[in-house]
Amino acid sequence: MSWRTPRVPPIVSRVTTIACLLFAIASSVHGSDIPLDQRRSGYLDLGHDSKAMQDDDTINPATLWVQDGETLWNQKTGAASRACADCHQDATVSMKGVAARYPAFSVARNGPINLEQRINLCRSEHQQAPPLAYESRELLALSAYVGLQSRGMAIAPPDDSRLVPFVEAGRKLFNRRIGQIDMSCAQCHDDNWGKKLAGSLIPQAQPTGYPVYRLEWQSLGSLQRRLRNCMSGLRAEAYEYGAPENVNLELFLMWRARGLQVETPAVRP
Amino acid sequence: MARPLINVPAKVKRGQVFEIKTLISHIMETGFRFTTTGDKIPRDIVTTFSCSYNGEEIFRADLYPAISANPFFTFFTVATESGTLDFKWVGDNGFSETASAKIVVE
Amino acid sequence: MGETRPGATRRAVMLGGLAGSLAATIRLEPALATPERMRAAIRNVVGEASIRKGRVDLEVPPLVENGNTVSLAVSVDSPMTATDYVKAIHVFNEKNPQPNVISVHLGPRAGRAKFSTRFRLADSQIVTAIAEMSDGTFWSASADVIVTLAACVEDI
Repeated sequence: MSWRTPRVPPIVSRVTTIACLLFAIASSVHGSDIPLDQRRSGYLDLGHDSKAMQDDDTINPATLWVQDGETLWNQKTGAASRACADCHQDATVSMKGVAARYPAFSVARNGPINLEQRINLCRSEHQQAPPLAYESRELLALSAYVGLQSRGMAIAPPDDSRLVPFVEAGRKLFNRRIGQIDMSCAQCHDDNWGKKLAGSLIPQAQPTGYPVYRLEWQSLGSLQRRLRNCMSGLRAEAYEYGAPENVNLELFLMWRARGLQVETPAVRP
Repeated sequence: MARPLINVPAKVKRGQVFEIKTLISHIMETGFRFTTTGDKIPRDIVTTFSCSYNGEEIFRADLYPAISANPFFTFFTVATESGTLDFKWVGDNGFSETASAKIVVE
Repeated sequence: MGETRPGATRRAVMLGGLAGSLAATIRLEPALATPERMRAAIRNVVGEASIRKGRVDLEVPPLVENGNTVSLAVSVDSPMTATDYVKAIHVFNEKNPQPNVISVHLGPRAGRAKFSTRFRLADSQIVTAIAEMSDGTFWSASADVIVTLAACVEDI
């Protein structure tokens, strides 16, 4: 069989290339965003028992971490021997709405940081304490305790122009095909939510309840852990915890979920 | 680190049957999992959970690896008199955890 | 292909034997057949006593979204008096590496023979609960559970 490609006039091939490029840019930048009024939390797709687990703090395993978080909030730590409570007093007052507007811009980092990074920044700057490891029991406990104070409130990404380029970077990552499976987040979570993937329902991936008690982990875990799972699922190399890509993705996802209610700490399969 | 989460009604009437809810933090490692390098992860589970009401055992469970992590139990008992409910979890590697809750019977 | 008389006889015997052994391997299993190991584990607890169906209500979701955490509630119809009560409730499964799930010991002080917990199911399978009564009788109920696996997991 002949492998010779048909000869195309140069002008047609250039126009075609530009058209393809434009189409690629258009589809990669915009994907097909879920209309605002069609967005829904993964809570609505939970089985009856999992919903019950989330709805009742007395039977939600995440409460074990929240309890720890409250203890740590009041515990003096670091060379400064200072507790979170020493600056922030009662978390139920001072932390109300905070998690709902994270990730936020950090002047120190000259970019967005998520809640876990904010907690570690407080530790190093104000408590003179070493940072808590990502996914450590202590860091999850604190972020769950702080996150709980936003429960029931609307996700409210800050109206901060400094964040715009980072939201865009997150959006590009969301629409970028990755891994051996060569698919993007958008292809499942924007284009095929509600359908099944190997027996499991594909959610919209609205991070309304992080840190979340994921039944698969049988433990509480952060949004970054979940994102890393997604990337492993696509047979891609996951970004490290705290990597700018992860934070930008988080920032974009929270912007995408703006207005939806915080459910922290949620239960998910 | 986490304290057991115990839930009993604040007050109950004498003779009333009431529900007790318990939840503790424990990995409940089955002993059937392997690491990516093929090493078996040793079993580490809670093996017995028991509850006593003013010193008399009212509930006991023998647990197997099939029980999920962060073991959760609810069960019932009859309100006899005011006093203390004592809970005990015992498991592999010398694991032992206790908790108690006051019960007011009127 | 031609056959001699002796060959035909031998062939008939072979075919007959083959059919017999096939019949032995292809067991016609009833809808709620339990594998050997679960049966053995049950016998371990129940001994030679007969197990009656009924009085036990086994609540487990028919379809679970993750086999790591499956809600289970077992209740037994019993007055729970000093002379008529549930002594124990044993739960078994078919396809996990181990057939036992939990054994709960009760007494008249329970007031209600009911408990709930969360357990693990490695695959879609049958779960069986057996209640041991104070009068020495055994009662059971079973449920068929479909387990779906999580998409997108991590390496250990």
